[in-house]
Amino acid sequence: MAELTYRNAIARGIGQEMERDERVVFIGEDIGAAGGVFKTTVGLFERFGPDRVRDTPISEQAIIGGIMGAAMNGLRPIGELMFSDFVGVAWDGIANQIAKTRYMTAGQVALPLVIRTANGGGTHFGGQHSQSVENWHMMIPGLKVVAPATPRDVVGLMAAAVRDDDPVIFLDHKKLYALKEDVPDGEIVDVLGKAVIRHPGSDVTIVALAAMVHVALEAAGRLAEHGVSAEVIDLRTLVPLDTATFLESVSRTGRLFTVEENPRLCGWGAEIASIAAEECLWDLDGPIVRITTPHIPLPAAANLEDLAIPSAERVVQTVLSQA
Amino acid sequence: MSPPNDTFEITEATRLLLYQSMLRCRALEKKAYDLFMEGLVQGTTHLGLGQEAVAAGFAATLRPDDMSFATYRGHNHMLLRGMAMAPILGECAARANGCCEGKGGSMHITEVAKGAMGSYAIVGAHLPIAVGAAWAGVVRGTGQVSLCFFGDGTTNIGTFHEAVNLAAIWKLPVVFVCENNLYMEYTPISAVIPVEYPAADRASAYGLERIIIDGNDADAVYQTAVTTVERARRGEGPSLVEALTYRHKGHSRADPGKYRPDEEVAAWLERDPLLVYRGRLESLGFPPTVLDEMEQLARAEAEAAADEVRAAPLPDPAALMTDVWANGGSEWRN
Repeated sequence: MAELTYRNAIARGIGQEMERDERVVFIGEDIGAAGGVFKTTVGLFERFGPDRVRDTPISEQAIIGGIMGAAMNGLRPIGELMFSDFVGVAWDGIANQIAKTRYMTAGQVALPLVIRTANGGGTHFGGQHSQSVENWHMMIPGLKVVAPATPRDVVGLMAAAVRDDDPVIFLDHKKLYALKEDVPDGEIVDVLGKAVIRHPGSDVTIVALAAMVHVALEAAGRLAEHGVSAEVIDLRTLVPLDTATFLESVSRTGRLFTVEENPRLCGWGAEIASIAAEECLWDLDGPIVRITTPHIPLPAAANLEDLAIPSAERVVQTVLSQA
Repeated sequence: MSPPNDTFEITEATRLLLYQSMLRCRALEKKAYDLFMEGLVQGTTHLGLGQEAVAAGFAATLRPDDMSFATYRGHNHMLLRGMAMAPILGECAARANGCCEGKGGSMHITEVAKGAMGSYAIVGAHLPIAVGAAWAGVVRGTGQVSLCFFGDGTTNIGTFHEAVNLAAIWKLPVVFVCENNLYMEYTPISAVIPVEYPAADRASAYGLERIIIDGNDADAVYQTAVTTVERARRGEGPSLVEALTYRHKGHSRADPGKYRPDEEVAAWLERDPLLVYRGRLESLGFPPTVLDEMEQLARAEAEAAADEVRAAPLPDPAALMTDVWANGGSEWRN
């Protein structure tokens, strides 16, 4: 057991899998000798060499198409897009090619690959380097979507993503890179599609993802001071979606809130709300309430961005106003 | 024309293979057209009629484990990797006997086990995919070569430049083959490029040789294919070949091709790759009766495949929900 930052957990997770399976390779911009612009991949180039850890040009379409082709021919590649906003540059490769090719070839083509990218806001990079794009991927059939909230989960879910035989979008969160926790030594492997209850509670269920898990946990602490017992669920993956965990929770608490960093319309919480409304309406004691970033591009100014992204205070006030 | 330097004698057996390959492509595509007219092919088709020499010349050089990537105008290329006609026509008709069980359609002819790595419906999408597959071959030490066929219009999309650049800097075994049929879709390619040759005139930007060949001459294509494929297999990096050719029909089934001057079409029909090659074979002394027989065999093969398609069932409704995921299913939740 040793303290590990979320930042260093990324290299540890990738390294764990590259050590285990020589078919795992890693490409992207500045990931090799430079160790990544966020220093998330430090040491991998030295450890595994330039054949398996490769710097690419600024060519997002070539990175995404390249890992698809590599996966078609026997490798299990990880491709990094420096910022998750850049998926827009490579969206044909992701949404049209990688997501659909297995289905469209009746299962002939296997694409065991991972697209790893730095997602999310709170770091004042402006509207094209701060977005939370998890919902963009969630709505495309054929993509699995992972967004870890803790250093331990970065390692375990990276292992699960690499070992999965389907394409996985792995969204690590920029705001969490400095987050630390004690992480067990040795191999850590999770499964995709298993949510966890981060904080048990009995009055309300708050479902969150990635950085919003910590916002929800802080809110839960403050809500306790107001006599409200909040259960916080970390979804960890959007596809596959662990509906059982939140449906069971709502059956106990009778209230459901989502805390989403993505903009409002068609955010992942809309699907959660829809499932809850269809499947556990009679367990609910009040409306389902979504707490999201407004439906706006993210501003650069710190004070404006802080207003946009859900805060613990906003969660607390929303929950109390509904109680 | 700027073919690569080394030309060499082509054997009789190779010549017959090239002719047979082109005959089979022609018969296949004509049958795809017929099936469309019969109402069996829905959606659209993009026929490679007139462009058979490019497919034949390259396919004749390949190892079984080499990988061919093509566009929606890719039926010829996929056939010549060893696919049977019935699964191709069946896929055009979206029947259960199609190579993708009817879930891909005319624009997605694929049989991975034969190195027919797919036909891609989004212009330019497959170039980086072909590059990545080639890279995997290098990492795994397989000696495979990746063949990537595309049209002139593709040279204006970003993936072309990203893919050729990456293949060049990583010295990957890819042969990029631009089939310049003079029209991006309905618009002449000359109207949308600032150079004369859409691929070859861009080659120098990536440190590659300028290669322009007569894409209607199967021998010229074959010689270039041997040279460039061997170069790739030796680890000397990619090539970018521009093959000048012409499609006999419009861009797709929706397009009668009226934008092309009659004289231009007539001139290119005189340079039909099958006519050209038949003339050459006859002048080399191959008996016309043998050549006729080859043509009849190709037609019979296509007709038999069409009969299979006519008799094939529609896809099983259960197939709707299969093969989204590696476990065979489509579940996204518990």
